[in-house]
Amino acid sequence: MLEVIWTTLRLATVTTVLLILVSTPIAWQLARRRRWWKDVLGAVLSLPIVLPPTVLGFYLLLALAPQSPLMTLLHPFGIRSLAFTFAGLVIGSMVYSLPFAITPIRNAFEAMGEGPMEAAATLRASPLDAFFSVAVPQARRGFASAAVLVFAHTVGEFGVVLMIGGAIPGQTEVVSVRIYQLVESLKFDEAHLLAAALLAFAFCVLMVISVLDRPGKAS
Amino acid sequence: MTRGLDARLQGQVGTLTLDVTLTLPPAGVTALTGPSGSGKSTLIRALAGLTRLEGHVRIGDETWQDEGVFKPPHQRAIGVVFQDAALLSHLTVRGNLDFGLRRAPQPHTIQFDDVVDLMGLSRLIDRSTSRLSGGERQRVAMARALLTQPRLLLMDEPLASLDPESKASILPYLQALHQSLALPVLYVAHDREEITAIADRLTVMTEGKIMHVEDFAVGPSLEGRSRAEIEALAQAALDAGLLPRVRS
Repeated sequence: MLEVIWTTLRLATVTTVLLILVSTPIAWQLARRRRWWKDVLGAVLSLPIVLPPTVLGFYLLLALAPQSPLMTLLHPFGIRSLAFTFAGLVIGSMVYSLPFAITPIRNAFEAMGEGPMEAAATLRASPLDAFFSVAVPQARRGFASAAVLVFAHTVGEFGVVLMIGGAIPGQTEVVSVRIYQLVESLKFDEAHLLAAALLAFAFCVLMVISVLDRPGKAS
Repeated sequence: MTRGLDARLQGQVGTLTLDVTLTLPPAGVTALTGPSGSGKSTLIRALAGLTRLEGHVRIGDETWQDEGVFKPPHQRAIGVVFQDAALLSHLTVRGNLDFGLRRAPQPHTIQFDDVVDLMGLSRLIDRSTSRLSGGERQRVAMARALLTQPRLLLMDEPLASLDPESKASILPYLQALHQSLALPVLYVAHDREEITAIADRLTVMTEGKIMHVEDFAVGPSLEGRSRAEIEALAQAALDAGLLPRVRS
């Protein structure tokens, strides 16, 4: 049981860290001046919200399987397949939670406006310098929201991990999948325990988000 | 004589066609006024490099913009005071002042403590920017602009958003600033009283063009001194390295 919880937390943490790193430059680009292709890109990046997790999981499974074009590219590096591996699970979770990371960060960048970046430029900060010394700290609440949302979303995901994870104990078996298996095998006591833990976790997450979203508490 | 600012800027921004030739002496405050929409802010932004127009901008022997040359704002030695102060809200007053100072090339001729004194900020130095009055915000913005070690100070209606009381309280600081600085200052303002209180020269803009330039014989705050004397003083201060000093 602890092993399952550990796998879940590890997956959620790795996904959150990597996804914030990937999403930040994308969110920055989307928050800058409007271009038609940004609406298209925004829509594509939001697809995971609308698609059933099983559809996403199915496509990811195809993409991560040994014969896929993507994996063929990785063959020279000794990677044959990422399906049913922890790394594959991280990739799947990242795709699945992408909009949950991009949206709050993008909104925070948009709310900031051009003013602080222009002020920073007149204070001799190069664009890259200003990005790290002004934009990132000013958008910190967006980053905090994104981190909480992605972590929680990853802990709560089921469809995608079931499709591409395969529930290998110690590697790809996470809490939500374990609960499903426990119920299938009529082990309700254990299922109760894990389910209650997830319920408490979800409640805590929502509390944290509502505190983060409270306006007017800038620092 | 060391040259001050020499700029020629042309271009289309929205519905406005800007076509300006502007020279400023190496010291003194030039007020820039004119109806709203006449291009004052655009001119300020273009000089700062925030808006890109055609033409050239030279300050002293340095070229910021010319055919094939366009230095972005962070490579220009400008101080800009925006109408809304544009303080960085995630930093304290000290953090805002330090931001530009840390990035300015050494050696610093304008010192932190001098500017804090000049602008009367010592009591506010560790405050969060959200806990400042409008007048205090503008004083911080001015001090911050000075600490970037500018060769040109641009002020875009720094008092416009203030109530009359805050305006009156900030004018003495501006006058002190004026008397202690040896660099060209371009100051956008509407209020005649404000202009006569601090400016040596008046420039009027209409529909993207400079229509009128007027030299005030004697700045009211520098009574008893001739124009030539003032410029000689400014030149001396410039040679000495732009050191601001509060006149007690």
